[in-house]
Amino acid sequence: MKNSKFLIGGLLIVAAVVYLIVSSTTASAEYFMTIEEVVTQQDEILGKSLRISGAVLGDSISYDEETLTISFTVAHVTGDNDEIESSGGLAKVLHDAVREEDTPRLNILYMGPMPDLLQHEAQAIMTGHIEADGIFYADELLLKCPTKYEEAVPDQSETE
Amino acid sequence: MLPSLGYGILVITFLVTLYSVAIAIYGQAEKDGAMIESARRAMLITLPLITIASAILIYLLINDRYEVEYVWSVTNRTMPIYLKITAWWGGQPGSLLFWSWLLSAFTSAVTLRKWDRDRELLPWVLVVTGTTLAFFIALNVFYENPFKLIPAGVPIPLDGRGLNPLLRHPGMIIHPPAQYLGFVSVTIPYAFAIAALITGRTDDRWTRITRKWTLWAWLFLTLGLVLGMRWAYDVLGWGGYWGWDPVEIAALLPWLTLTAFLHSVMIQEKRNMLKQWNMILIILSFALVIFGTFLTRSGVLSSVHAFAESEIGPLFFLFIGFTFIVSFSLLIKRWPDLKSKIEMKSMLSREALFLLNNLLFLSILVISFWGVIFPLLSELFTGSKVTVGPPFYERATGPVWGALILLMGIAPLAAWGRSTVKTIGRAIWKPALAALLFPIFALTTGITNWIALIGFTLIGLVITVTVREFWIGANARSKNKRLNENLFTALLHLIKRNRRKYGGYIVHISMVLIGIGILGIELFQTDTQQHLGIGEEINLAGYTLRYDRLDQFRHEDGRLITRGEMALSKDGKYIETLAPRFDLYPDGQPMTIPAVRSTLVDDVYVILVNWEGITRESTPFKVYHNPLVKWVWIGSYLFVIGILIGVWKDEESKEV
Repeated sequence: MKNSKFLIGGLLIVAAVVYLIVSSTTASAEYFMTIEEVVTQQDEILGKSLRISGAVLGDSISYDEETLTISFTVAHVTGDNDEIESSGGLAKVLHDAVREEDTPRLNILYMGPMPDLLQHEAQAIMTGHIEADGIFYADELLLKCPTKYEEAVPDQSETE
Repeated sequence: MLPSLGYGILVITFLVTLYSVAIAIYGQAEKDGAMIESARRAMLITLPLITIASAILIYLLINDRYEVEYVWSVTNRTMPIYLKITAWWGGQPGSLLFWSWLLSAFTSAVTLRKWDRDRELLPWVLVVTGTTLAFFIALNVFYENPFKLIPAGVPIPLDGRGLNPLLRHPGMIIHPPAQYLGFVSVTIPYAFAIAALITGRTDDRWTRITRKWTLWAWLFLTLGLVLGMRWAYDVLGWGGYWGWDPVEIAALLPWLTLTAFLHSVMIQEKRNMLKQWNMILIILSFALVIFGTFLTRSGVLSSVHAFAESEIGPLFFLFIGFTFIVSFSLLIKRWPDLKSKIEMKSMLSREALFLLNNLLFLSILVISFWGVIFPLLSELFTGSKVTVGPPFYERATGPVWGALILLMGIAPLAAWGRSTVKTIGRAIWKPALAALLFPIFALTTGITNWIALIGFTLIGLVITVTVREFWIGANARSKNKRLNENLFTALLHLIKRNRRKYGGYIVHISMVLIGIGILGIELFQTDTQQHLGIGEEINLAGYTLRYDRLDQFRHEDGRLITRGEMALSKDGKYIETLAPRFDLYPDGQPMTIPAVRSTLVDDVYVILVNWEGITRESTPFKVYHNPLVKWVWIGSYLFVIGILIGVWKDEESKEV
């Protein structure tokens, strides 16, 4: 009798912890996806929290100063680091992605001040979700400028 | 010459340590006192040996001896001497040497003092610490030699690469040693636990001997965490102090098991229960300490803490696996001896609540561990890359932290053996009513967030219950005519007579003060990012920041400093000038240094956002408003005081 009381108490705690883990995981899991995956699996991932990265198309950038709304298009780049290395580095991968017209593309909408680094062939890393209209609504927008990478490359390859 | 000498000493130390371990085991098996004495002397020699090796390394660091790779990689000519000395632990090989040095010092302290008293356990303690020491020295000798010279034929560099600028900060001088002191001191109680298992002395002797070691370990683990938080807040410039980075979690995990251990050890001493459980906790703590060192040293995870990738990662796993298998085999062998004869009777007894506290700490451990391994598991089983960020940890651990605070409010009122709702209810209703003043006060300041209101109620309960404990004790003493004490001296004597209990209560208060700060920044942090020209203003949370000037100049060590000045005012009244900075080091390493104005109510935290380019006409600023965050640091100071009180020798305490 005494023992069962403690057993039930223990089980309740285990159940609560499992619930906390499961519910928090589903609520805050972020899926890493490539633009290609987002475009092809669009219907299955509506509303899910995603983390994507793509190459910015300079011509597509438009900024509405009244509403602080930025819209632009990104092109698919591979998410595999080894593949990036073997195709000649990030700057080249971004450059190719933007130039080749058959790479999958995705329209992005982001609210906020205009970042200076949002420019042609920059790498945009975004978290957000996609809606039925096929537009990716970004909550967070991080930009990496290809020129910075060119600076970084010799530094990294320097023999020690 | 000197580098070879340093390396030679390390090799000798390694051999001496192996000898000490081997002959200690042999001596125990043969019951040969002379052999054990020899093992002890060998172990005592390791400290001067490692000290000399470290002194040589420091000498090389100070004297810019760039023919040594390590010296070249962590120092340069412009660094002041104190930074060159601290570069001892600024890179991988040096920090491993630092680990060994600490462990050797602790082991010497244990074997020098009270060797005769603890004759039975100490040879085995020596075996455990010696094995650990041999492992770390081996890493230095075979893989990460701090005295390694640059390849032959390469000219000696004129200048070194220098310590990572992010580490050139006073906070960084004490954060790593504090963390390491915490990590290394866990080895001592673990060694005693294993010695107890081997010898079959499974009573509470080992916990009594190591009580203070455990408290010191806990103090330094906490200090390591807090100093790291403070450094992140002051230096990294992301507006907070804790990002649920895997390495931060790795430092938190042993803290959780050790906190649980500190509590459940008391049940073992008072009620002779939970002996098996305590063994599990200390074995886990030690494994997590090695795991934490492994995470920071192996480069498997990218984070602010990781050094370059290294081949020593798999070795750490082997070592953890080895200690795990040995520890648990011993534990299984002694399992029946460790069984308690007393059964827990009441769900509300002090020991049941302590057990609940343990389960809650382990719940946080499981949740945090899940967060770290979930991306790996997910990629392994579903092929999709998924990650969980800070929201996961906040959401999942938040309620558990809340339950722990509630427990801190209830447990001091529960009696050992048996308590009922009635007995606790009688004691708690007055403090609970007083605790309501906290959320009521919060409501008057306009806080309506229900999580905050619940949090403040629980925090209030802990404070009122704990203050009541002090009051009852002190009041009883002061009423006692024979003692002739006024209320204040009665309070002092009360604490003195039972330092462990009242030191613990002070730690409880410090924890909830830290809780106030965490609630403040977690729930009420606001921020804004704007481009300003000179003369323009940012408004946030009732404050106004006017952008007054921008300077750019070169520091003598070569970095380019960009410094903005902003006048902070509230309701039109000038408060002070904040000067956020952005430093660019010659090697291209940037450093964002925030300007902070901190009060008990809130912090205004301003940074110059570096990567967008800075001009007088358009300077990007990011401003954070962090309510109540100062309480995190105030709580931390109080925590140290509480532990020091607890660790001091009781006036009445008898030697074990």
